[in-house]
Amino acid sequence: MKLKKGIPLIDQHDQFGFWGKRFGGSFIPETLKKPVEDLTEEFKKLRKDKKFIKKRDYYFKNYIGSPTSFVKLKNLSNHLGGAQIWAKVVSEANGGAHKIYNATVHALLCKAMGKKYIVGDTGAGYAGKMLSMAAKKFGLKCKIFMGAKDIKRQKPNCDAMKKNGAEIVPVYSGSQTLVDAVSECMRYWVSNCDNTHMCVGSTVGPNIFVKICGWSTAQISRELKLQIKSEFKKIPKKIKLINCVGGGSSAYGFWSEFIDFNKKQIELIGVEAGGPEKSKLHAAPLSRNAKIGVLHGAASYVCQDKEGQINTTESISAGLDYPGVSPIHCFLKDTKRARYTYATDEEALNAHVMVTKFENLNPSLEPSHAFAEAIKIAPKLSKDTIIIVNSCGDAKKDRDILKERLGKN
Amino acid sequence: MVSLINEAFRRARDAKRPALITYTVAGDNSKKKSLDILKSISTHADICELGFPHNTPIADGGQIQTSAYRAIKNGIKINDVFKIAREFKLSKKTTPIILMGYYNMIYQYDENKFLKKCGSSKIDGLIVVDLPYPENKSFSKKCKRKGINFIQLVSPTTSNIRLKKIIRDSHDMLYYISMLSTTGGKLKVSPQNILKNYFKIKNQNKSKNVVIGFGITGKTIKSLKKADGLVVGSAICKEISKSIKKRQNAVTNVTNVVKRLKNKIK
Ligand SMILES: Cc1ncc(COP(=O)(O)O)c(C=O)c1O
Repeated sequence: MKLKKGIPLIDQHDQFGFWGKRFGGSFIPETLKKPVEDLTEEFKKLRKDKKFIKKRDYYFKNYIGSPTSFVKLKNLSNHLGGAQIWAKVVSEANGGAHKIYNATVHALLCKAMGKKYIVGDTGAGYAGKMLSMAAKKFGLKCKIFMGAKDIKRQKPNCDAMKKNGAEIVPVYSGSQTLVDAVSECMRYWVSNCDNTHMCVGSTVGPNIFVKICGWSTAQISRELKLQIKSEFKKIPKKIKLINCVGGGSSAYGFWSEFIDFNKKQIELIGVEAGGPEKSKLHAAPLSRNAKIGVLHGAASYVCQDKEGQINTTESISAGLDYPGVSPIHCFLKDTKRARYTYATDEEALNAHVMVTKFENLNPSLEPSHAFAEAIKIAPKLSKDTIIIVNSCGDAKKDRDILKERLGKN
Repeated sequence: MVSLINEAFRRARDAKRPALITYTVAGDNSKKKSLDILKSISTHADICELGFPHNTPIADGGQIQTSAYRAIKNGIKINDVFKIAREFKLSKKTTPIILMGYYNMIYQYDENKFLKKCGSSKIDGLIVVDLPYPENKSFSKKCKRKGINFIQLVSPTTSNIRLKKIIRDSHDMLYYISMLSTTGGKLKVSPQNILKNYFKIKNQNKSKNVVIGFGITGKTIKSLKKADGLVVGSAICKEISKSIKKRQNAVTNVTNVVKRLKNKIK
């Protein structure tokens, strides 16, 4: 299993859609074959179409607000000692998280394909909020599938979805979280694929959805590469790019321009949700050695039992609370290009507290997992090491959880 | 050798009616009960599909999901599914049994081991909902080598070119999905339209047995009588749920439902 250089990772799959021969693919019901093929064709065509690229770049700049800033966290770095800690503040993007890139591109694709309805899944509510924004902007009717547990714990984002005119469909099956929302959204698409476009909220699902999402979030690292060059004159010798991993869309987008670099120069670190310290449950298939399985149309490392039943997961962060992970991260793990670890609920909370105390930054619980790792390793590293954390979401949505756990307003 | 599946279709054809194919979930609502139901309904059904339940079924509607979750909650394991099938076949040697489920369970069990176990449990066919053509080519070949029918699905969205390839790769039986829907949806296409599509498939190769499934109930089964076979699943699962709720005997109630279905297509 080997990574190729000079080819985007999203395109390094075989004719059946597998990365490294075993991750990804399209395990879909027959009914979805045609709409998936249509979407694949359309995307293949449009991504080479200069007019479409121009349109994308126009909306990325004028609607999403690219580039998001790249800032040094001086106080946090001084407090911890060791490496310099920087953040790419992706939460500045319109709507408050990276999910806006994928949502915007899907809305554009939906329009291009002449469909009037768009549906999507959401966990933290950001993917849903952004899709509802993009749908409103481009005149599409929007339905969002969301686990009942997540609707309760991520209320601010639900309020935003409703304000944008989207219908939220609560999902009561299973653990009532993201995994169930994705299943229900796929079921809905099976029944309505003739007039409805589906957006998968992360780099998961059948091959084409991994590609579209990765292609969209890659904007993050295109910006970052320029920002690093302009800040440091050239790319520094020791960089660590730390990102939380739920499905893996922010991490892929944050890393894509840097995958070809030597890992001694640019290390890629993915941080999964370790769950509560006292619980056996987690959502960390990569770092806690889950076996390969098929979930939501793709093969990846999946938290599951011996029989192949998908495990219940647990995490304080709704956005990371998912038993599977992107096939491209499985590929990055097995080729050893990226390193994956996890942070517990408590570590993420502590990281949130520390970052907000020292910096004018308010990372949501997802990127707080990435900050937890940065805080853990920074003191042991040399001063010329540059740690960059993708602060990919804003904590406004976590208001209720933070209040409950920290007594904070 | 003629497969039991072909035999079952021939018998139905001789009786000038479509084959009745039932779908129940193994372990719903207990291992013993699901075996009893299977044995009892097979008096009226020509072929029995037995679902091996998965907890993330992306193509199933509410009724079958409920049955599947109930079975899993009651502790059904894949080896129990094989045991149920095996015991069923001890008493009903000529009734074909088809296992239906999702690929991850086969993948975890190991394809080869799974097929070996199918052989020793006298399984006649397999339907894997999320393993479409051409991804299913190698697995379907393995099935053939073991004398197990791999049943391809065809849907209203299947293109003509694709249809030809799927038929060419199919074994004795093809499954036409009546409409764009998960299992158990309300029939939203007219029976005439469904049959029109059905004959497009059937006329490509008359030697294949083509069945129609999804959304078929006691109300609609008669109007689709011209097909080689008709599958009823959610309506049966719903009856099991209803019987449990009313604390009635599920075996009797479900058997009556199947008997009524059969009478409508005789
Ligand atoms: C702010 C934020 N970060 C991260 C994630 C996790 O998803 P991914 O790994 O695809 O970036 C989510 C998902 O909802 C999110 O809202």
